[in-house]
Amino acid sequence: MSNVLEVSENYDTIIIGGGIVGCAAAWALSQYNLRVLLLESNNDITCGATKANSGIVHAGYDCVPGTLKAKLNAEGAKMFPMLAKQLDFPLKVNGSMVLCFDKAEHSHIEELYDRSVKNGIPEVEIISAEQAYQLEPNIADGLYSALLAKTAAVISPWEAAIAFAENAATNGVQFLIETKVTNITADNGLFEVFADNQKFIAKTLINAAGTSSAYIRNFLAKDKSDYEEIIPQRGQYFLLDNAHKNFVKHTLFQLPDNSGKGVLVAPTADGNIIVGPNSENISKEVDFTTAEDVKTTKAGLADVLEKIAISVKGLPINGNITTFAGVRAKHSSKDFVIDEPFPGFVNALGIDSPGLSAAPAIALMLTKLITKKLHPTKKADYVATRRAIQRFGELSFAEKQALIAENLKYGHVVCRCETVTEADIIDAIRRPVGARNLDAIKRRTRSQAGRCQGGFCSLKLTDILQNELGLSEEKIWSC
Amino acid sequence: MELLIIGGGPAGLSAAIKAKEQGLADVCVLERNSHMGGILNQCIHHGFGLHIFDEELTGPEYAQRLIDRALQLGVKFMNNTMVTDLDENRLVTYVSPNGAAQVQANAVILGMGCRERTRGALRIPGFRGRGIFSAGTAQALVNMRGYVPGKRVVILGSGDIGLIMARRMSLEGAEVIGVFELNSFSSGLKRNIVQCLDDYGIPLHLSHTVTRIVGENYNLTGVYVAPVDETRTPIYAQEEFIPCDTLLLSVGLIPENELSKKAGVQLSSVTGGAIVNSDLSTNVNGIFSCGNVLHVHDLADDVTLEAYRAGVAAVDFIRNGTKISQTNKIAVTAGKNVCYVSPNFVQPNEEIELLFRSDGVFRKAKITVKDGENVIKTLKRRVVAPGEMEKVKINTGNMKGCTVAIETE
Ligand SMILES: Cc1cc2nc3c(=O)[nH]c(=O)nc-3n(C[C@H](O)[C@@H](O)[C@H](O)COP(=O)(O)OP(=O)(O)OC[C@H]3O[C@@H](n4cnc5c(N)ncnc54)[C@H](O)[C@@H]3O)c2cc1C
Ligand SMILES: Cc1cc2nc3c(=O)[nH]c(=O)nc-3n(C[C@H](O)[C@H](O)[C@H](O)COP(=O)(O)OP(=O)(O)OC[C@H]3O[C@@H](n4cnc5c(N)ncnc54)[C@H](O)[C@@H]3O)c2cc1C
Repeated sequence: MSNVLEVSENYDTIIIGGGIVGCAAAWALSQYNLRVLLLESNNDITCGATKANSGIVHAGYDCVPGTLKAKLNAEGAKMFPMLAKQLDFPLKVNGSMVLCFDKAEHSHIEELYDRSVKNGIPEVEIISAEQAYQLEPNIADGLYSALLAKTAAVISPWEAAIAFAENAATNGVQFLIETKVTNITADNGLFEVFADNQKFIAKTLINAAGTSSAYIRNFLAKDKSDYEEIIPQRGQYFLLDNAHKNFVKHTLFQLPDNSGKGVLVAPTADGNIIVGPNSENISKEVDFTTAEDVKTTKAGLADVLEKIAISVKGLPINGNITTFAGVRAKHSSKDFVIDEPFPGFVNALGIDSPGLSAAPAIALMLTKLITKKLHPTKKADYVATRRAIQRFGELSFAEKQALIAENLKYGHVVCRCETVTEADIIDAIRRPVGARNLDAIKRRTRSQAGRCQGGFCSLKLTDILQNELGLSEEKIWSC
Repeated sequence: MELLIIGGGPAGLSAAIKAKEQGLADVCVLERNSHMGGILNQCIHHGFGLHIFDEELTGPEYAQRLIDRALQLGVKFMNNTMVTDLDENRLVTYVSPNGAAQVQANAVILGMGCRERTRGALRIPGFRGRGIFSAGTAQALVNMRGYVPGKRVVILGSGDIGLIMARRMSLEGAEVIGVFELNSFSSGLKRNIVQCLDDYGIPLHLSHTVTRIVGENYNLTGVYVAPVDETRTPIYAQEEFIPCDTLLLSVGLIPENELSKKAGVQLSSVTGGAIVNSDLSTNVNGIFSCGNVLHVHDLADDVTLEAYRAGVAAVDFIRNGTKISQTNKIAVTAGKNVCYVSPNFVQPNEEIELLFRSDGVFRKAKITVKDGENVIKTLKRRVVAPGEMEKVKINTGNMKGCTVAIETE
């Protein structure tokens, strides 16, 4: 490799980080006549916190009234159902409950209810134990009361991020993966962004680097006294086979107690059951989330199981198909930090929960800060919608017949557990911001996400990746 | 269509051959892969066919014998054909590059085989990147694609595929550090322990498990192993780190009965396979089950023998309707020290071979078949082990119940 810097100039905006926040920002900016580039260090977008969280669009009652979190959660939650239609990603409005097992703690339920009023959240009510058991028979014995929020939803977080990204790319935003930003300088009202042997120049920057957002911001700090800090907090999960999809219908939360927020059990947008997360500080400073940071631990998983036994009885834990963990990017203020600490440098820092729920609203707020500076015009040929990859297994018999008649490759089922066809896999590779490895295919199609966890289909996927992209076997199996 | 067979492994092929040999005109095998033969295609080692063909064949050779015979008899093969739905009236829905179609069958034989248990089912904490494979996936990678996934290998679980892969990886130049087995006994065949581990100097650590997996970025860097106590709980004080770049899991096989469930076929919670009568019929009229989708077999030869019976029974059903009497059927139960017995129900006055597995290793074992307190048959074995399927032939006569048990001295 040469040491010569390849210089790419003239971007209006560079977004650093391809999680839900960066991708939503790219989507929001793409309606304007701006040259926008998104840089992502991983081998796919959506590999940070966005791929390892609970996937809940929180109704918005639990944020402290008056905070950015409260405002942006409420706005984001309101936008999501419409966005899911427009950009075609899975969202199910399943409602959520906070469970109270102790009469003495019922006041906390009332307090949450009061917050919902202050935060302007519709369709929240306090229900009796009988009403709750009627809705969810697997709630553990001894329930006293519950808070029901009917607008809470579940989404597939990475599919949402991918939908934002694909639509942004269709409207001209450029995406570069495997490009890790390692320095930034400011010069004459322009930013120079360094990544390996490349340099990118832009008028404005958006910092959406998740757990690395402090690291990115601090490049421009005058000195150490001006440094920001992220407190990384890991959460671990179990994911159960979709054979158990009816175990619960609502997202079931616990009342927060001294030891933390408690764990939840919920159906995912894809029909599995998710159980978690615990909450543990990772002692080391995390500039980049590594495999070590997102490992699961014996103690963490045991903690999840112990806590969830408070909420539900008879959890079918033998149907577990995988465990995983994600890292929250917490800020000491406990709120989101969305600001412009240096002229033209816009921050989305400390985006922990409810960052997913708030993402579209965060994106609009970031976009406002950028457009105030650049005064762009709107695109005349803006494409507002995006079409998802087929869910072949969910189509009717006639629809399947029609698809196969149109393209033989729809008749070749590659993934047996989730019924994904060769045509779907090829689509996932060829789309804008397409898949370049096995995991990226999994996030876009659900192949390898089912009960055999890729035991059978990963070999067929290898063939397709080789054909489409000319990758070596070695490369495919080592990343 | 008279007889549709789902799955073109040794079970499906053998059932098809037998049905044709009974003179049935219309027999079709649906297989989702591009080739018939099922899992045998990746089993390139010797040891198949000693009972059926009286020779030692490799897996692909064994499969080819069945394929040739089936074609010679006029069995219809449909490759690249994935069955996506089955209902209780035997309406079979499938997709293939030729289109999606629905066919009504007079009888259906289930021969879908099994899949491997995954790391998720074991809930081992730690790193979740590349370098962790189920043994069967690694077998396909090495044998079908010529790609060897690592150089320093730890194997968890002593199932047959794991044992065979220990030898295979050694032959490919990898260092196999050891096989770790949670139980105090191996779940594989004795002959595989001798031929695949002992002959290659690979240690088998019984009563051990992997407690944590460690990795960096995308790569596995090692595992922690520990001995377990009598309750199979790891003794963490004795945890030991083993550097490795590959972890193979051979921790059990699960019959693939998702389709069977759609048709309302009742499954056993012990085997994960269908609950069957002595003619391998399920609770759903005209649907039969055999091979690994019924219960996991050690030997392909046993799969063929079982599938032959399913083929005969399906033809008989098509011609004469069901022979199974619901009122006279006798439940077969697993007694002391027995994990399961197949079939689950027998009929009065029939000659039948019961297949069963022990739930532990027992030396100087006495196998008994009883009707209540009445001993119908006894057999002596020097040793019985869960890794080796046992068989006992009985005549059911006018038995009211039937329990298979293992006693030790
Ligand atoms: C990975 C692995 C390795 C093994 N190695 C050995 C060994 O070395 N020696 C040994 O003696 N035994 C081995 N066995 C054990 C087993 O007994 C095999 O010998 C035997 O192949 C089982 O036969 P089967 O026909 O029941 O299943 P399979 O051979 O698995 O055949 C089932 C077939 O059904 C097809 N199918 C499933 N569902 C559908 C559907 N919906 N539509 C269409 N087709 C479908 C599958 O693609 C497959 O081809 C192994 C098993 C596995 C899983
Ligand atoms: C356990 C857990 C549970 C949660 N549950 C919920 C929930 O149910 N509902 C909810 O609303 N929110 C939830 N959240 C919060 C939500 O997941 C996050 O707020 C959201 O995903 C953050 O998105 P992001 O884009 O800011 O960060 P990320 O998704 O982490 O994206 C940051 C990206 O920046 C990239 N990057 C970092 N450094 C660089 C660099 N130097 N150069 C280039 N790229 C870089 C990273 O690779 C990454 O892709 C949860 C979070 C966790 C961890």
